[in-house]
Amino acid sequence: MTGFVKRLFSESTLIPVVSILIGLILGAVIMLAGHYNPFLAYGSLFAKAFGDMYNFGETIRQITPYIFTGLAVAFAFRTGLFNIGAEGQFIMGAVAAACVGVLLDAPWFLHVPLALAASALAGGLWGSIVGYLKAARGVHEVITTIMLNWIALHAANYIVRTALLEKGMARSKYIQESAWLSSPGLSELFDHARIHYGVLIALALSVLFYYVLWKTRQGYELRAVGFNPDASEYAGINVKSTFVKTMFISGLFAGVGGACEVMGVFHYQTINAAFPGYGLMGIAVALIGRNTAVGVVLGAVLIGVLTYGASGMKFGAGVPEELIHVVIALVIFFVAAGGMVELLIRRFRKKNGTVH
Amino acid sequence: MPNEFAVEMKGIAKRFPGIVANDDIHLQVRKGEIHALLGENGAGKTTLMNILFGLYQPDEGEIRIHGQTVKITDPKKAIDLGIGMIHQHFMLVEPYTVLQNIILGAEPRRGVMISYKKALARIGELSDKYGLHVDPHRTIREISVGMQQRVEILKTLYRGADILIFDEPTAVLTPQEIQELMAIMRKLADEGKTIILITHKLKEIMAIADRVTIIRRGRVVDSLPVRDTTAEELAAKMVGRNVSFVIEKKEAQPGETILEIDNLTAFDDRGCQALRGLSLEVRSGEILGIAGVEGNGQRELIEVLTGLRKASSGEIRLRGRAVQNESPRRIAEAKVGYIPEDRQKRGLVLDFCVGENLVLKNYYAPPFCKRGLLRYDEIFGHAAGLIGEYDIRTPDEKTPARALSGGNQQKVIVAREVACEPDLLIATQPTRGLDVGAIEFIHRKLIEQRDKGKAVLLYSLELDEILNLSDRIAVMYEGRIVGILDPRKTNEQEIGLLMSGGHKGEREETA
Repeated sequence: MTGFVKRLFSESTLIPVVSILIGLILGAVIMLAGHYNPFLAYGSLFAKAFGDMYNFGETIRQITPYIFTGLAVAFAFRTGLFNIGAEGQFIMGAVAAACVGVLLDAPWFLHVPLALAASALAGGLWGSIVGYLKAARGVHEVITTIMLNWIALHAANYIVRTALLEKGMARSKYIQESAWLSSPGLSELFDHARIHYGVLIALALSVLFYYVLWKTRQGYELRAVGFNPDASEYAGINVKSTFVKTMFISGLFAGVGGACEVMGVFHYQTINAAFPGYGLMGIAVALIGRNTAVGVVLGAVLIGVLTYGASGMKFGAGVPEELIHVVIALVIFFVAAGGMVELLIRRFRKKNGTVH
Repeated sequence: MPNEFAVEMKGIAKRFPGIVANDDIHLQVRKGEIHALLGENGAGKTTLMNILFGLYQPDEGEIRIHGQTVKITDPKKAIDLGIGMIHQHFMLVEPYTVLQNIILGAEPRRGVMISYKKALARIGELSDKYGLHVDPHRTIREISVGMQQRVEILKTLYRGADILIFDEPTAVLTPQEIQELMAIMRKLADEGKTIILITHKLKEIMAIADRVTIIRRGRVVDSLPVRDTTAEELAAKMVGRNVSFVIEKKEAQPGETILEIDNLTAFDDRGCQALRGLSLEVRSGEILGIAGVEGNGQRELIEVLTGLRKASSGEIRLRGRAVQNESPRRIAEAKVGYIPEDRQKRGLVLDFCVGENLVLKNYYAPPFCKRGLLRYDEIFGHAAGLIGEYDIRTPDEKTPARALSGGNQQKVIVAREVACEPDLLIATQPTRGLDVGAIEFIHRKLIEQRDKGKAVLLYSLELDEILNLSDRIAVMYEGRIVGILDPRKTNEQEIGLLMSGGHKGEREETA
């Protein structure tokens, strides 16, 4: 118990928490400058997110994809790779699930796993392209992931248009009901919100994330490579193949996330004019969560609550929804500038004479 | 005399979380003397000098420069006070010329233009006065390490320094370059400059310093004139106990040939041929030392031997089996242990804990790993054993390697490599940057391995180390072995001559 308390107040936990608080406070200052009432604004934001069962369910729905993409980014980070491409891997996973969902006929106990497996494979392979290019050609992953995001966006649209299109609509046909992740029972419980089993998959993958990273040989290797590729190479670890493997697993997380949106929320895949944005937000989630499993889940909760609650802020206090992006940006800024927050915490502790 | 002391530091204390780096330190440096600051790594000498150079602020104490009490808030203030620091790792811009580096940040201007003419005249003046000859128009990349150091010295002089702090200046130099540096330091002192020399090498202090202050665990142990002391006394004061300089070892009992290298060639990173048909044998029960000026292919040789670099031709045989161009893991599994030159870059994953680092070579094999899962109880049990056996000073096996001192980090590496029971142990610069106590320990371990019938290949830039430890010395020059010597029948001069290609007249150019 004391260990837990100590951990709660350790700097690595305090920094994100303090950063979040500073972000919210500065957001309030901006609201004040715009003659809005920040208390009312934040009040209505949280009322929207947690106010009733329906909205609570929808908040969870909003949180779910952030967990997936957050895990994807965090996992790659552990090997020292900056995966900006969770967006593309997410889309590839979604379209793979849509293909299996629309084109295949199977009983649910086969159809659901097959669709998920297809999305995992699609996202994973999309990620491994990045790992391969880095390992074989030395191309920096930031460049390739950004480019592959665009390729994924348009390739997915092409697939939907040619193979899955619902006539007269800018989306695919509905996937077979046997491939749905939606749960009438769960939905009922949350007053018909679009909450689905995907959230359980996300939590299960968070556990897997922790387990792979800290308990397996593979995790040891990829953390070693992340910390020190030179020492890893010398220790006989195949650094290049580790890049590929890591990016596969990273892409897998994002890909399954994409599948859950299709199979749980919409039941079809739209033709996207722009990026859905889950992958990019995954970077923020990983950053806030400091690349740990628990941190990612909590980071996803934060971002999910803020984005979903933003519309409430608009209705309740007249604050433009966009302002929440400013708050999120501030939070990310302070988490990224951890040194600054650290200094603040130290100052505060010193003043209060807390023994380190 | 009011201004007898150039530098006076009184009652300096500096605490970092968890450690007291400096505790009530008094230091008095006379004008025009060479004052050595002696202490083991982590004793606090670098902290003290960083305070003097304005990089840290002391928690307590007073600093006087030429009798004036001063507050040195940052390096700029220190430079204004005439203090210059020659860092161990040079702070030079490689693609720039010597001239550009010297004036960087203090360029003489004519309008908005830099007046190189004025700068050149001033640099010429300084070089002549102190015997610091450099070609101002060569780029840093083109000149030797010894030359680069001269550029660093000129940089501080150009900025008007009259108190020069040298931080471990000889660590990167060849024996001849060390001689030259000593002459330069003497000249500087004779011309009235005050020199503070941070070092843990007793030989240098005995050779050049006027006075020495010994620091141990953040406190001053003693301060005395060098002529009144001996190296043995200084070592004992530094470490806090008696230290043996002579390495006790029995006659070598060389057995069968473990490593055979045949006509090996390889290229360096820039694509130049670094190894030009190198042949060598190492037998069990002997320590073979490789001597050579840095950059003559030693690094490439070690990298090829450990599988980190490809050989372009030739053969490497371990107990008769060809292993050239196999992966680092295959070579390690062929019973080759390797203590790398750069322990923080190659030897350890600093953010891993001690326990994890101790299995870096065999984490994937039982008992540490079964069916893809790591068994941390086994890993930490193994670590606890080695920590005891090698006297690794760490709070526990779960402490990150980063938190350990250099000597203890090196012990982690040695423990790991020796625990794998290699037939061939390759040690590259195994004691670089370590203090006397740790050096003694590492040397004993290497000899112990030899006596157990292992083959030991030692590469070091410290000639003393090569001479003291080796049973045979192979001198390397331009990618070849140019001579095998018996350490009992040779001396530094002979080795030095071979190291520089044997042509004494060309030494200036090749060094």
